[in-house]
Amino acid sequence: MSTNNFPLRSRLRALTDLAVTGLTILATVVVVTPLVAIFAYLVYKGASSLNLAFFTQIPKPVGVAGGGMANAIAGSAILLAVASAIGVPIGIGGGIFLAEFGRGTKLANAVRFTADVLNGVPSIVMGLAIYALIVVPQKHFSALSGGVALGIMMIPTVCRTTEEMLLMVPHAVREAALGLGVPNWRSVLSITVKTASPGIITGCMLAFARVAGETAPLLFTALGNDFWSSSLNQPIAALPLQIYVYAISPYDDWHRLAWAGALVLIVLIVLAVSLVRYVTSRGVLKGAS
Amino acid sequence: MPEIRAPQIPSQKLKTPAAQKPAVPAVPSAVEPSLVRRFLLARGNSAFADRGFHWLMVLCALSIFGIVALILWQLVLRSQLSWHAFGFRFFYQSFTNPETGKPMYWDPVNSLFSAVPFIYGTLLSSFLALLLAVPLAVGVAVFLTEMCPRALRGPLAFLTELLAAIPSVIYGLWGVFVLVPLLREHVNPGLIQWFGWTGLFNNDNPTGLGFLAAGVILAIMILPIVSSLTREVMTAVPHSQREAVLALGATRWEMIRMGVLRNARIGIVGAIILGLGRALGETMAVTMVIGNTPEIHRSLLSNGSSMAAVIANEFTEAVGDMHLSALIEIGLALFIVTIIVNAFAQLLVWAVTRGAPAQTH
Repeated sequence: MSTNNFPLRSRLRALTDLAVTGLTILATVVVVTPLVAIFAYLVYKGASSLNLAFFTQIPKPVGVAGGGMANAIAGSAILLAVASAIGVPIGIGGGIFLAEFGRGTKLANAVRFTADVLNGVPSIVMGLAIYALIVVPQKHFSALSGGVALGIMMIPTVCRTTEEMLLMVPHAVREAALGLGVPNWRSVLSITVKTASPGIITGCMLAFARVAGETAPLLFTALGNDFWSSSLNQPIAALPLQIYVYAISPYDDWHRLAWAGALVLIVLIVLAVSLVRYVTSRGVLKGAS
Repeated sequence: MPEIRAPQIPSQKLKTPAAQKPAVPAVPSAVEPSLVRRFLLARGNSAFADRGFHWLMVLCALSIFGIVALILWQLVLRSQLSWHAFGFRFFYQSFTNPETGKPMYWDPVNSLFSAVPFIYGTLLSSFLALLLAVPLAVGVAVFLTEMCPRALRGPLAFLTELLAAIPSVIYGLWGVFVLVPLLREHVNPGLIQWFGWTGLFNNDNPTGLGFLAAGVILAIMILPIVSSLTREVMTAVPHSQREAVLALGATRWEMIRMGVLRNARIGIVGAIILGLGRALGETMAVTMVIGNTPEIHRSLLSNGSSMAAVIANEFTEAVGDMHLSALIEIGLALFIVTIIVNAFAQLLVWAVTRGAPAQTH
């Protein structure tokens, strides 16, 4: 007890330390609680209204029992396919530029900065812009415009994760490829990108999971549809959109469907995020290098 | 993706000359270029392909600038009508309701538009969200980086990450069916009884919707991003700082306060501003719980609306070109504000994590 000279002061300091530790633990508990609450309630409400009809039938009119969201699930799949076709190649290309060609240049820094800023732009603004760009000239809502809106939202995320993954590939690998006389473009595509591909794929999945739950940009691009539609030129249903419409409706039957849809959506997203976590934590990249 | 074939083909073909070697003298192999070289030459000059590939990648990168420019151009173009009608007054004017004499801001039928109530709603709900979320987020970050047992760190970080992955519309769903009834039945009566005298909690809205519900939902939604960024800047503080403070006899909290938080404060401010950027533009969850009335109230329990919420709520049912144009102008304002907020926050976070001597102690 070397602090015997100032017993009160040292005890006060120890108490403050203890109090702060307690407060941070409390904060953590308070943060984890809503998460657990949301999940528990979602599973409880969703599981009780989930059945086969949910996956096989289209929505029924108000008052008719049953019905499902089969068309919304298919619509989401189509929208996400369009989005990936736009977002993944451009995003990976941008990432390759940042990591392989533009390292340290002013242009690369500007691109990186803009991508990070673009990542924070509200999704509803993206919807407005695509509405003005595609829906107004076409004069009707369409699946294509919804897909484009989601695809543009994927680009910054894919671009930045691709860059980060490529930066982890050791220089020796590139040098070995170039030393064999492989042209640069081929070395980038078949050696560097291939080495980093597990990381790049997880980055794409992360972006995919993010836009899979987006509702705001679809409100006035894809619009939603109560029937089957596979045409890119027609309004199309989407799972998050359908959840929104049903949640704000006054009917109990529709509320149940909204919960079931939310459960399906969240299970898909959690699966994707867990997969990402699993792949990145196993250090696939470290093994490859 | 095609895998590299260069090493394989020569290895197959090399076998043949090696087998024939005893029969034919080694003269032809001296004239022939090496098989790898021949393979590469057969694929043509790579300079052109290299150029093309390079520019293709540059084009992909430039498309990001293109997107920003495109959004800006389209929004400016489509908001011309309302801009010419109201000018800058759009952001501060108010009208008087001819029947009641009270101020009025948003009347689509008579083409009277003003963004004031939506700016107010956005600012108020975001401010509430920050007030609730920041202390919690910093607490979680401190716990996870400095105190947490190693075994708990991974799962807890994963849980907060998961919170970030839940779509906005599901937060909204939960807000409408769980949070709002909870506030209505248990929290709001208490607030009105104990804090009613401040004027912030009035008993005039029995639904439970309103600014407070929006603020709470937003707080839950921005918690993960603020706490994970705070964690990032805190881990960027070099260990030597912690060791130096501990060596002077500080307790753990004193070490965190003087050694870590003080060094990371700029980055933490950046994280908070980034959270603000998210809160300003959050759409679906807010739309579902804020009540959607274009009014200004002092009471946090009153219905209101926000910039993003009014766009989501009225756009597909807009009553005319002027209405559409006014909504797009609100979107444009939201875009510019979030760009500025995000850019500022990004610079602050970069200032700390870039070039921070994280491992060099």
